[in-house]
Amino acid sequence: MKNIKKVVFQGLIVFVLIVVLSACSDESKNSNSGGDEGDGQVLNMPLGSEPAELHPGQISENLSVDVLTQVFEGLTRINQDGEPEEAIASEIDISDDKLVYTFTIREDANWSNGDPVTAEDFEYAWKHVLDPDNAHTPKVDRLYPVKNAFEAKAGEVSIDEVGVVAEDENTLVVELESPVEYFLQLTANPVLFPIHKGISEENPDWFLDAGEDYVSNGPFTLSEWDHQSKIELEKNDEYWDSDTVQLDKVNFFIVEDNNTAFNMYQSGDLDYVGDPTGTLPLEAVSSLDSEGTLNSDEKAGIYYYLLNVDKEPLNNKNIRKALALAVNREEITTSIIKGGETPALSLVAPAVWSENEEGYFKDGDIDAAKEYLEKGIEELGYSDVSELPSMAIQYNTSESHATVAQAIQDMWKNNLGIDVELENMEFAVHIDAMDEGDFQIGRFGQSAEVADPLFILEAYRQNSGYNFTNWSNEEFISLLDEAKFSIDSDERYEILREAEEIIMDEMPVLPIYVYKTVYTHKDYVENIDITDLGFVQLKWANVSDK
Amino acid sequence: MDQKEYFSKDSFQPITVLSNKEEEIQRPQRTYLSDVIRRFKKNKLAMFGIVVIVLLAILSIFGPKISGYDYFTNDLSNNNKPPSGEHWFGTDSLGRDIFSRTWYGARISLFIGIAAALIDLVIGVIWGATAGYFGGRVDEYMMRIADILYGIPYLLVVILLMIVLPQGLLTMIIAMSLTGWINMARIVRGQVLQIKLSEFVLAARTLGSNNIKIMIRHLIPNTMGPILVTLTLTIPTAIFTEAFLSYLGLGVPAPLASWGTMSSEGLPSLVYYPWILFFPAFFICLVMMAFNVVGDGLSDALDPKEKR
Amino acid sequence: MIRFLLKRFGYMLLSFIIIISLTFFLMKLAPGGPFTSEENLPKEIEEKLNETYGLNDPWYKQYANYLGSIAKWDLGDSFKSRGQSINDIINRSFPISLILGFEAILIALSLGVLLGVIGALRHNKAPDYVAMSVAIFGISVPSFILATVLQYVFALKLGWFPVARFESFTHTILPALALSFMPMAFIARLMRTSMLEVMNQDYVKMAKAKGMQSKVVVFRHLLRNAIMPVVSFLGPLVVQILTGSFIIENIFGIPGLGFEYLTSITNRDYTAIMGITAFFSILLLVSILLVDLLYGFIDPRIKVGKKEAH
Repeated sequence: MKNIKKVVFQGLIVFVLIVVLSACSDESKNSNSGGDEGDGQVLNMPLGSEPAELHPGQISENLSVDVLTQVFEGLTRINQDGEPEEAIASEIDISDDKLVYTFTIREDANWSNGDPVTAEDFEYAWKHVLDPDNAHTPKVDRLYPVKNAFEAKAGEVSIDEVGVVAEDENTLVVELESPVEYFLQLTANPVLFPIHKGISEENPDWFLDAGEDYVSNGPFTLSEWDHQSKIELEKNDEYWDSDTVQLDKVNFFIVEDNNTAFNMYQSGDLDYVGDPTGTLPLEAVSSLDSEGTLNSDEKAGIYYYLLNVDKEPLNNKNIRKALALAVNREEITTSIIKGGETPALSLVAPAVWSENEEGYFKDGDIDAAKEYLEKGIEELGYSDVSELPSMAIQYNTSESHATVAQAIQDMWKNNLGIDVELENMEFAVHIDAMDEGDFQIGRFGQSAEVADPLFILEAYRQNSGYNFTNWSNEEFISLLDEAKFSIDSDERYEILREAEEIIMDEMPVLPIYVYKTVYTHKDYVENIDITDLGFVQLKWANVSDK
Repeated sequence: MDQKEYFSKDSFQPITVLSNKEEEIQRPQRTYLSDVIRRFKKNKLAMFGIVVIVLLAILSIFGPKISGYDYFTNDLSNNNKPPSGEHWFGTDSLGRDIFSRTWYGARISLFIGIAAALIDLVIGVIWGATAGYFGGRVDEYMMRIADILYGIPYLLVVILLMIVLPQGLLTMIIAMSLTGWINMARIVRGQVLQIKLSEFVLAARTLGSNNIKIMIRHLIPNTMGPILVTLTLTIPTAIFTEAFLSYLGLGVPAPLASWGTMSSEGLPSLVYYPWILFFPAFFICLVMMAFNVVGDGLSDALDPKEKR
Repeated sequence: MIRFLLKRFGYMLLSFIIIISLTFFLMKLAPGGPFTSEENLPKEIEEKLNETYGLNDPWYKQYANYLGSIAKWDLGDSFKSRGQSINDIINRSFPISLILGFEAILIALSLGVLLGVIGALRHNKAPDYVAMSVAIFGISVPSFILATVLQYVFALKLGWFPVARFESFTHTILPALALSFMPMAFIARLMRTSMLEVMNQDYVKMAKAKGMQSKVVVFRHLLRNAIMPVVSFLGPLVVQILTGSFIIENIFGIPGLGFEYLTSITNRDYTAIMGITAFFSILLLVSILLVDLLYGFIDPRIKVGKKEAH
């Protein structure tokens, strides 16, 4: 009996040793990663989490976009001035009714394995996304402006009837449903990137790991994907504009914790830290700001509270307006968030409409708020604030959401005498509750993926996407429809202004502040471009002075 | 066979039993208790611990009144200020007075710490002692139930509790008690497995003590040391589990403060505004120090073998 | 012994199935799903995804699928990380947590026992107070504060260690330290108390009276008998430490199993939740069995699983 025990015990020790040793030898394999010397120009960046997938048509979250934009290239690319310009397409011809786009594919555009990029690759990629049997296409709606795209995805028409045709190897003709003004922005979006037809047909799982089959057409190639740890990009010599590209290597280190990423930056492990591939810790922002090393770029996104118009007292427009006017946004942006954010007084961010810096109402207009409140109380048939049904702000767990919510709670209490409760929830629980309409005031934020007012306002057409308010307004909808088919920019602008005015008057959404892309980098890092949509582009970056 | 012949039934006569306690031989209880108190009082360090706990309890009741600030009013123009004559412990990111928040926090944290510790103590000790003492199938069933509770992902349980039960202290204590007692039960069981084989337990059993009495009089007092040590660990664990649960939305709703939430909120500003973390963390350490010396004093005093 | 083991395996299997089943139902009841994201999916896409992943099947079918895949130990693909199988995720992240955990347990056990023994042998004298102050500090400072402070002081300010990531042995030192502190402190406290208790036992007094040398007494009698509560505590603790701590792995940017476990739950990555829970509970149940066997080593009188006649 004793012997058995002894054997078991010794066996256990041997087992543990073997496991530990084998794991140690594993680790030595990776230990020389991140070596900078002799690799030319190397940029080290954080990445806030492991990307869910690196297939352009199948992306489900923004961090994938930040990697894919370096690795692939669409017909257009957003240039350093924020405008879409020709990329894989060398020429773009737009019909007078703005419904037919003819793209000429660059002769020298090649895949990283040397094959030419053809119009067919685009057609294939788009139809792959629109294939009704392909479930992994969370962002398929980026393609819906293309004629018959929605119907094809729904299985109502054949995929062959979608308005995209490769007329010959270098000519791609796209027919649109309506004259969407922002279509050339969309062609710079990963969902509309090409994929290598031959490889994708042969190996549908080509995108799951770095390797021979991971063929791309952008400034960089994906050379290594060490899951949950590191993504390594290398300069793509086959890229048509590779002379512009100066970085030889980019390391994305997957670091989930903001403070850790910032510490790594301070110790020199990273050359860049902050949005969009990570977030700066709230506390570090103000100290960087006083050092003068903080960058705060414009971004087309807004942090807001959604008001559920089905719940009393939020069903009353005047109460909603009272709540909106009683928030002193300036105090929040200067004392709490501090990353150079500005008060949001509209739905469309000033990055898209610069006149929205003024907005539709005055920030912290307490007197007007009190008037609205009184009117609202009267309309609802109450005699005093204290009789209003109780309200709660619901937000998902995060230090800054909690701080902002507590500040607003205090403002409403002092300015209006309204006591709201705070409900902190785990992320999925929060989203689920909003989706079910089981909330009163819910925190939300939106960064537009297309810098166009129509694209942003479309979200409020019905209860979906970024909008859980149950608010709907027929006039608003008909204005959107009108704007959709307008081909005159000025007219379109007027219509959309009117639509935004309606929603700001009804106030189902309570804008709080305008997002900024907040980041910092070492002195020797130059020309990292952050688009207004908050995506990073490394095509022009260099670290030559490192 | 032959022997039976010598002792027939007639050879014996029943004697009258006055009570069934007749055969028990036990030390009178009073001397033990007074022993404990006497020994405890002699321990200066432990008495100091008691003083600290009482002081903190008093401060948690009257502290907020001294400073004249409440725990919720924001003053954004005065946020993140270091300790000063105005705000003795400084202010936090919303400009609230940390001194007041510390004492409001003390109420919640001390209550939760002590409540969780008591629940863990009662369930854990009974569970562990029963399993260890009876052994066999009873042990197997009871300990496997503990394993199962330990094996289910706690976060999932918490998420569901959050939906089923209202936000608040009671829910939080339920969430903590679900698994909190398991360590205690394991340690008590391990000790009982060993002690139940001791001569004095055998003696007590032979002398007619029943199972419950053996557990209460012999087994548990002799495991008191590890029990008290585990208990003192339960308190800080509860204080920080509270922070974790509040973080998930199960705990006390903001802007109510507790030491756990205050320290986890203060952690990111460690480098820039260290006082936000320092004060709650310092008081947690102080309370722990006090509870531990009291626990040590108690276990010295409770040890039936210690005669000093 | 063999009979006890066989019976025990039966109970363990039953417990395992109960853990898996309860986890399945809790997971299904939890709000949100693997496709919950900030930007709501178009309804038709969500429907299609649910269909592809079998989420539209009746619950008993999904349940049976999970049981089957766990029985075959082919845990399926993650919902969140496309194309990565749960087996791969465990195989990749567990060794990392294992190394950290192993170092942490080594530190905790050796230092903890040492501090405890010092405390007990020099009871109520200066070394006792020092040892116990360290221990109490360790108990009352939670790992997330300790890890942050260690990282700031030793990696960022002094530059002795790397800040984060898992690349070499030096990368493991700070996280292992942070991980070991609480168990170390607790072991020290437990050890000291139970040593004190054992020191008052008659057989120890007897050994001393017989003239046995102090050192021999410590090793032959005291340690062996005092370590019982530490062993009881160690079983589940070892599993918890070896499978990784989310907090430590998150702060030090280490792709370990603890990190995967927690994110699988927040992501509602059903296959990952089921697979990692199964893996975790097997380790847990086995380690608890080992603890029971270890009792027999330490004190041969103890026979777990035998019912004493009362």
